Formats: sequence, structure tokens, C-alpha cells
Amino acid sequence: MPKVDYKNLPVNYQTSVQKAEMGLWEKIYYPEVIRGLWITTGHFMRNMTVHTLHLFGLAKDKRGAVTYQYPEERRPIHRRYRGRHRLTKKDDGSERCTACMLCETICPTNCIYIVPEEHPDPTVEKHPARYEIDILRCCFCGYCVEACPCDAIRMDTSVVEIANWDRTKMVFKKEYLMADIEGPGAPPKDDPPEWWLK
Amino acid sequence: MLETAITLAKIWGVLITLVGLAAIMTWVERKQSAVMQDRLGANRADVFGIRLIGLFQPMADGLKMFWKEDFIPPRGDKFLHTLAPILAFFPALVIFAVIPFGDVLRIGSLEIPLQIADLNVGYLFILAFGGLTIYGTVIAGWSSNNKFSLLGGLRAAAQMISYEVCVGLSLVGLIMVFGTLELDAIVRGQNELLFGFLPKWGIFVQPLGFLLFFPAVIAETKRVPFDLPEGESEIIGYYTEYSGMRFGLFYFAEFIEIIVMAALFGTLYFGGYNVPYLYAEGFRFPWGAEWNLPHLVVVFLQIGSFFIKMAFFCWLQVLIRWTLPRFRYDQLMKLCWTGILPLAVLNIILTGLVLMVV
Repeated sequence: MPKVDYKNLPVNYQTSVQKAEMGLWEKIYYPEVIRGLWITTGHFMRNMTVHTLHLFGLAKDKRGAVTYQYPEERRPIHRRYRGRHRLTKKDDGSERCTACMLCETICPTNCIYIVPEEHPDPTVEKHPARYEIDILRCCFCGYCVEACPCDAIRMDTSVVEIANWDRTKMVFKKEYLMADIEGPGAPPKDDPPEWWLK
Repeated sequence: MLETAITLAKIWGVLITLVGLAAIMTWVERKQSAVMQDRLGANRADVFGIRLIGLFQPMADGLKMFWKEDFIPPRGDKFLHTLAPILAFFPALVIFAVIPFGDVLRIGSLEIPLQIADLNVGYLFILAFGGLTIYGTVIAGWSSNNKFSLLGGLRAAAQMISYEVCVGLSLVGLIMVFGTLELDAIVRGQNELLFGFLPKWGIFVQPLGFLLFFPAVIAETKRVPFDLPEGESEIIGYYTEYSGMRFGLFYFAEFIEIIVMAALFGTLYFGGYNVPYLYAEGFRFPWGAEWNLPHLVVVFLQIGSFFIKMAFFCWLQVLIRWTLPRFRYDQLMKLCWTGILPLAVLNIILTGLVLMVV
């Protein structure tokens, strides 16, 4: 076997782990340690200054930490973020859904369950008697929203805290999906949202 | 009678201060690491809605430890398992007894030296009790009936005994310069002036000694980057089988060690309680200016100076702990025996030569 000069291999032959040769400067350890400490001290000093200024009500636009203090402080959610579903309503407050079954058909996880029913109004063909989403199965792909021909289902609620102690309560009923959402993650009230028109 | 009362009061005061500071250090460690890493750190522990930037966290930690199950491995050694945390905790506290935190305090005709025990072998006392902490770790590993704990204990023993040598030898230069083993005398000696303007602090007369002493002490207290005995994230350490307040004692001992070692750095190399140019009567500047101060102000300045130096070195140790990655074990041993030890001997020789010439 010929001896391989691993240090001078062409780039694509080089092994992923390359040990850097240390010179005397690195070997005496102190200068490099001080360089490292200088970086962390820089972060410490900068953040400490900002925190101290905050204590006196100054420099509120600067942040001393990059983290969000979650329950009190929420990450801004993008408006196209796919959150929990909601069913949109007509002006009279009834559901917009016509029970055409497109969303149930396209759903890759079969998490939507619709029971269609004759609408009491003879001019309207159908409406869902039951419209249920098993949120535990949902993969949040958003296909239902894309498939819907009458803008009856949307995922624009920005609701991310979907949790419960009980599995049965994770099957969302029609009434729940149509209810107004209150709280910090509430969906936009204007319909259609202003940014759609732009 | 009065002297006993004063000594007891000093012991009590120092003990309370140390334990209180150690509790605060757990908070400082968390908060400082957070600030260094652009986070906020522990701030959720609250009492009736008052959070106080997380200062209740040490109390919450303590409560949690008291409520945890106090478990002794069934086939471990019960007596030694109980003894080990005490052996780890006690020497760390006792070392502080010989560290002077101020000059003499005069109240009327009463003279109170601000130091618990002015031993004339103070330096050897520190080394002796520093060496005793090894027993705590080794016995903890041995009595746990857990091979990984035992290995951790052995690692600790090898590391601490090796670095004990380095700590001892790197300090010899300082002893040669000041010609005493008494810490109070070393601190007094550091208040003299070098070349008429520079305070004769250990760092100025023994720069190499300090650079060797510092890492050796950090290795001796088993802190990152030399925390192989614990290695809590990868290799299991000697107190794996400890829970509840027994673990709490180990944890607490570590923070007391940080404070004591910080006090030691200040005392040996940064003038202890001395403020530059401050003498018993007030400031005597090298350019001839004088500023007389009342006795109590001088004592207050000295104690303040001591605590500021201590706080700085606590801060520095936490900074190092959250900056540097851990050594490999062979690197650790190599640094000790082929790095620090020969340089410490060289330092002794150089110091001797300089002392002969001067």
C-alpha cells in the first residue's frame, strides 16, 4: 500500500475531520482563551448595559435578549401561518360551507368528517349538519383551504396552542370551529382581510 | 471571655455571609450565563406574583432539594455515602477562616483583627484543607456502588492530586517574595510600593505565578474547563447516586469553593483588602498628596475593596465556565505535568535569581 499524504489530498478527497495544526500562539493557551473570553465579555457587557438602561426606562427599542418570554410575549406570527382551522360565516351568521365534500376528499390524513343535510332555505342546496376536524390527525397541510370553492374554511386564526387533557375534546365540532376566537392569537375580523385585496 | 465572644461573632458573620453569597452565586451563575448567551435566565420563581429578577430561584432550588427522596443505593456504604458530602462541604468553608477580609478594627481600646484565625501557617492550612476535598469526591464515588461513579471519583482523585502539586508549587514564588506563610503578613506586604509608585501586589511581583496558579486552582475546584470528575453532560461523575440535600451539599460546596477561591485570588495576588496608597491613617499618594480619613472609613474601604475583588473573580470564574469547552482527560493531565509543573519550577528558579540580585 502506498502511503497516503492525507494533508495534501485534493479537496474532495479530504476527510471531514481535519485537525488544525496549532502553533505556539495556540499552544500557550492563554491568548486564545483571552480572545474567547473577550467575545463573551462583549456580549455580557452589551446585554448588561441594555438591561440596566431598561431598568431606568431607557433604550426600550433595544433588546437585551434574543429570546421571547413566551406566555407574556408572543412571537409575531406571519399572516400566512397555518394555524387552527375556522369555518367562515355568512352575513346572517350561518356557515358558508355547502357540504361539497371537497375538503374531506382531498384531506391526506382523513381528519375531516362531514355529514351533509338539506338546507332549510330552498334556494340553498346543502349545508353540513356535522363538520368535524380531528385535530390530532391533522397535518396542517392546508389542502382543505385550497380545495374549498367558497372560502368556507380557513387556517388564518394564528392559534398555535392546540392542547387538551382529553383526546375526545380534540375532535373539533362545527360550533367550535365557527365560534369567535378571543385572546392574543385572534384572527383578523375584517372579511375578506385587507391584505388579500392588495 | 470577650475575645471568645468576638471570635464566635466573626465565625458566625463569615459563615452567614459565605452561605448567603453561595446561594446568590447559584443565581449569579444562571443569570450571568444567560446574559452572556443573549438570554434572560431563570425569572419564573415568584412569591405572590413578585419575581424580583429570579432572586427567589435559589430558595425554590433549596426547597426542591429538601422535598426530594433522600436515596442511598441499597448495596452502597451507608456511612461513607453520608460522610462524603460533609467532607466535600466542610473544607470549602473552613479555608475562609485564614483569609483576612480587613485590617484591624479598633473600637475604643479594643483591637479586632478582621480575620477568624491568624495562623502563621495559613498558606499550608489552605493547601491541607484543599487536599481534604479530594476525600469527599473519592468517597462519594466509592460508596455509591456504581462503577461510573467510582470511575468519576478516580478521575477526580487523579486530577486533584496532580493539580494539588501545581497549586503548591506555583505559590512558592509568592512565599519567597514575601518571606512568610501567614496570609495576613502577605497581604500587609502587598501594601508596600514597588519602584515608589506601583503597589506590590502579587500579580506585579509574580505574574507567571498567577498565570499558573489560576488554572491550577480552577482545576482543583473541578470547574469547567476542567470538570471531568463531574462531566454531567457526557461522562457520568462521582455524585450520580446522590439526590436531595446530599446532592445539594455537593452543589453548594462548589459555589462556596468559587467564592473562597475568588477571595484567595484577591488575597494572594491582588492585594487582598488593600486599596492602593491607602494606609491606616488615610491615602498617601506617591506624588506626595495626603488625604487623612477616619479609622472607620478606612476599614470600610478595605472590606469593600476585598469584596469587590472577590466579586470580580467570582464573575471571572463564571465567565470562564460559560466560555471554554471541556478538556480531554489526557490533555488535562498533560497540561498539569508537562505545562504548569515545569513552568512553576522555572518560576521558582527565576524568583530566586531575582531575589538574589535585588
